[in-house]
Amino acid sequence: MSATDHHRIIEAVWRIESARVIAGLTRLTRDVGLAEDFAQEALVAALEQWPQSGVPENPGAWLTATAKRRAIDLFRRNAVAERKHEDLARDLATLEQTVPDLNSNLDDPIGDDLLRLVFISCHPILPAESRAALTLRLLGGLTTPEIARAFLTPEPTIAQRIVRAKRTLAEKHIPFEVPRGLELAARLSSVLEVIYLIFNEGYFATAGDDLMRPTLCEDALRLGRILAELTPDEPEVHGLVALMEIQASRTRARIGLTGEPILLLEQNRAHWDHLLIRRGLTAIDRAHKIGKPRGPYLLQAEIAACHARARTPEETDWPRIVFLYTELAHLTPSPVIELNRAVAVSMVHGPQAALDLVEALATDPSLDRYHLLPSVRADLLLKLNRPTEARTQFELAAALTQNTRERALLLSRGAACQTK
Amino acid sequence: MRFMVIVKATTESEKEGALPDPQLLLEMGKYNEELIKAGIVLAMDGLHPSSKGARVKFSGKSRTVVDGPFTEAKELIAGFWLWQVKSLEEAIEWVKRCPNPHAADSEIEIRQVFEMEDFAPILSEEEIQYKIAKRAELPNQTANK
Repeated sequence: MSATDHHRIIEAVWRIESARVIAGLTRLTRDVGLAEDFAQEALVAALEQWPQSGVPENPGAWLTATAKRRAIDLFRRNAVAERKHEDLARDLATLEQTVPDLNSNLDDPIGDDLLRLVFISCHPILPAESRAALTLRLLGGLTTPEIARAFLTPEPTIAQRIVRAKRTLAEKHIPFEVPRGLELAARLSSVLEVIYLIFNEGYFATAGDDLMRPTLCEDALRLGRILAELTPDEPEVHGLVALMEIQASRTRARIGLTGEPILLLEQNRAHWDHLLIRRGLTAIDRAHKIGKPRGPYLLQAEIAACHARARTPEETDWPRIVFLYTELAHLTPSPVIELNRAVAVSMVHGPQAALDLVEALATDPSLDRYHLLPSVRADLLLKLNRPTEARTQFELAAALTQNTRERALLLSRGAACQTK
Repeated sequence: MRFMVIVKATTESEKEGALPDPQLLLEMGKYNEELIKAGIVLAMDGLHPSSKGARVKFSGKSRTVVDGPFTEAKELIAGFWLWQVKSLEEAIEWVKRCPNPHAADSEIEIRQVFEMEDFAPILSEEEIQYKIAKRAELPNQTANK
């Protein structure tokens, strides 16, 4: 077996085991940064030793044991220099003597550790992009270069974000715990936000030449599915998973042969992934069965489900979509939701009713740079047979988008107005 | 990437009314739980013996139906998973953690699922024409990058 073969196997093992190793070590060291450093050292040791010794029977336990030994060594050395570390080192040494059987013990404590790791890496004290990078690194098992590639951000920037995030968590003594009560709801929404941010970065690539970065979507879905198993009684978690499953089901249909975006109502629904749609609908059912009031992710998932259930665009239950958007706007007032509601209104009450809503939104300064406002406006104007105004709006939208594929589509739609 | 992970049948699993051993079912249940918790399972199911199945043979325009059971147990399928993982190696690592799915010696096969982009070389005539037409515009596009 060649060195690269070994490398690929170790990479795969790392993907499967790293989150557990880091979570377990964070419980011991109470410091996610240190925990990750030790886990990385164990990974380096694996890269050195496994090509000769072969992959051990239980690679996860091997990595954890190795990382723990490194932790104990360091704390012992520090304990000699600094008396204050003595207690911690003694604790760790005791723990080492009673290392639990990692393999038969994978259930509850590990599950809790993983959940704690989710909450600490998505802590609201960190800026959103740092949370996303840290989560992909600690829970998704992605390397810094992989994260940098995914976000089209220079590697040193990502590395710096991760280092700074870990330092902040240590300096502010952020506890390694699952929050309870009211705090839980607030912190959970930060976790969901991070996962959805990762998904959206893949699904609506905000910059660059590709409309999508599907691996980022897959990473987000995987994180969401893990979270749903860790917190099965939270309807919003299932709501987010459902939303992502249904959106991901359209992946194959929403990009044309030359990479151009295809709008929802023009997509070939035969290309939708019905397995993912079914998974999304199942997740919505799971959320309903919990019997708590529905939150914004579940509402958005239900809107997505209305589209997913319709065999043709004409079969779409638009009145229900308007109703769901109204409920969503009530729950989380936002001009972007109002804009989406306007689109649904145009399908029920016609373009003029919708245009009135959109014109009202146009004065909202928060939508100044939002390319979808002029884009929706253009669509409605076109339906109202006002092509000259529509063209101006398409051009405005094109000027505002950062995505080259989207810009091309908007410009061509603008140009098409002229000939009408 | 998606992989179909196929549990091959054995002479035992092909027997009429065959059901897995309860202990094994328990172990498999635990394993499946691990897979679901890891967020990689898209779908999974076990299959009845081939005696309950059929094959349709194709020869030009003719179709012949052959009822099960079929011989060559190890060529048959007893169950499958559909996984979403990052690499073949990751799928292999997960399969290695699976309890032996049968009492006897057995085999699990891992096959990558086609993605849309894999079909690029065999698109329909119309799509190819469209692509060629679009490709003619390519110099402009690359100049813009």
